[in-house]
Parts: sequence; C-alpha cells; structure tokens
Amino acid sequence: MVTTVTSLGRSGLSDWMIQRISAWIMTAYLMFMVGYFIGNPDLTYAQWAELNSGLAMRMFSLATILAIAAHAWIGMWCVLTDYITVRLIGPKATAIRIFFQLGMIAITLLYVVWAIDILWGI
Amino acid sequence: MLNVSIYRYNPEVDDEPYMQDYQVDTQGKDVMVLDVLEKLKAEDPSLTFRRSCREGVCGSDGVNISGKNGLACITPLSEAVKGNKLVIRPLPGLPVIRDLVIDMSQFYAQYEKIQPYMINNSPAPAIERLQSPEERAKLDGLYECILCACCSTACPSFWWNPDKFIGPSGLLQAYRFLADSRDTATEERLAKLDDPFSVFRCHGIMNCVQVCPKGLNPTKAIGHIRSMLIRSAT
Repeated sequence: MVTTVTSLGRSGLSDWMIQRISAWIMTAYLMFMVGYFIGNPDLTYAQWAELNSGLAMRMFSLATILAIAAHAWIGMWCVLTDYITVRLIGPKATAIRIFFQLGMIAITLLYVVWAIDILWGI
Repeated sequence: MLNVSIYRYNPEVDDEPYMQDYQVDTQGKDVMVLDVLEKLKAEDPSLTFRRSCREGVCGSDGVNISGKNGLACITPLSEAVKGNKLVIRPLPGLPVIRDLVIDMSQFYAQYEKIQPYMINNSPAPAIERLQSPEERAKLDGLYECILCACCSTACPSFWWNPDKFIGPSGLLQAYRFLADSRDTATEERLAKLDDPFSVFRCHGIMNCVQVCPKGLNPTKAIGHIRSMLIRSAT
C-alpha cells in the first residue's frame, strides 16, 4: 500500500489514535465550559478575560484548538477520500481531491494560527 | 397472492435496470424467499440468480431482501414481506452481471489480500499442529464465515472504497488467522493492515453485524485487529 501524503498521521493507526485522543480533549473542554457557564450565570467580561488570560487556561484552549484541527483534518480527509475518487467521478477526481485536501489543510492551519493569535491577544 | 418486485437487468437487451412486478401464490405458507424465486424462475426462465445448497451453507444466494441483505434460502417470508410486498434486489455496491447476479471479483480480491491461509514455516510435526481447547475457542465466531458478501455489500465504507478497504468479511477472516495460535506471520499480517484504508476505514456503524446471516460480528473482530495493531505499534 502506498503511504498517504495528505493524511495527518500518514498511517491508519496513527490517525485513529489522534482521532480518539482529540475527541477526549474536546469533550473535556466542552464539559468544563458548560460547567463554567452554569456556575457563573452573571458572567462579566472582566471575569471571562481573567479566566482566559491564565497560562493553564490558555494551554487548555490551545490543546482543544489543536484537537479540533487534527480531528477535522482526519475527518475531512476521510470524507474527501470516500467521495472524490476516480471510481465515483472519473479521472479528474485526483486533481479535484488534491485541491480540496490542500485547501482543507491550509484553512485548518490558518484557523490554528488565528486562534493562537486571539488566545495570546487577550 | 403475494406481490413480488424484482430488480431486472440484462445488459445485452436492457438500456438500464428496472423493477419487474410478479404475483405469487404461496398458499399462505411461510416459505423461504428462495422458494419464491424458484417458483418465479419456473414461470419466467429468464430470471437469473445464484443458488446452490439452499440451506445457508454455500453463501451463493445473498440478495437484498426488502432493503436488508440476507440469504434468500434461509430468510422466511414472515421476516421479509412488508405490507404483502416482497422487494428483491442484487447485493448493493458491486457491479451487476445480470438480474440478481453480481460480479464479486472485488470482494474476492480483498479476501485474497489478507492471505486467508495458515502461514507457519516451522517444520510440520509428524501428525498435526496441536492447539489447546482455549486456543481453539478463539476461532469460534470467525471460521464460520461463508463469504456470502452480505456484510461487505451492506457497508458504506466498502461501497466507496472497495479497492482499498478490505471490508468486514475480509477483516473477519484476517482476524481468524491473526487469532490462530498455529500461525506465525502475525507481525507481517499486521504490517499490511496499518494504512488508513484497509482496516481504519471502518467507522463502526455495524451494518455488517446487523445483516450477517450466520450471526457473526465483524465489527468486534475489527476491534480486536485494532487492539493488536496498538499493542504492536506502541
């Protein structure tokens, strides 16, 4: 089997494990956030800014952003390799798939950089 | 009278497939779907389907019965008929040769990939390679697969990538040899399954488990393969 060059981990096992770990991180972040909002019904901007300016919270948010990026990369790669194939849409599929894969990777990386900029800009 | 709708396609005559309606008198008996097909074939010899043992052993007559893949010979009408109508189509996802007969080359190509035979290069003992009852028990639920293709053709991952994803049937067989204490090629077998398609295109939707006419669980076998890959790679 030819090694894939546009998948995140370059191996099925690696992608599978990243998908599971990233899911746990996102779940933990979601539960923390829901708990935080329930626990602070009268949340002010000052409290919100204070929460997000701490290093621990920034690291937690960064881990979640990286988890979302990795999860989306693997998921989108699966979707694109399922539906945009030579077998389904003909010989043009390879060029179209590479276009969408590289576009998806570029957008994902841009979002990560943008999110880091926001997190450390608070 | 039972209303039966059957997928018909003869590429030598028809421009495209169509559904043909028949009426069958089953005399109120809960016969098998294959009995209905045989009765129709007696009236219309052009109707084409595969069948052989007629008792769920050979795996020849896998078809899509009222939306669910199964063996026509062991599916009674009481399970298959909805609103006095029986709809029979070929197994989905593989090319149709004629009527209910599909081209299973892709399915067999995936089966061949997993090397479905014992690999053990040590000298053969005088009588046989022995297993303990516990080692033998690990093969239960694996060796019974009859390669009818009901599971693989019910799997969307196999529909989209039949050339790259081994499919539930092939993976069940792959684990049958990975789990066999007499096979010594475990690492070589695992190395061939680590790409993003062969095993990992399974997303665990369990259509395979729902349709397997032998009551087997390919999703569980795929989970075991994943565990073996993790053990080997970490």
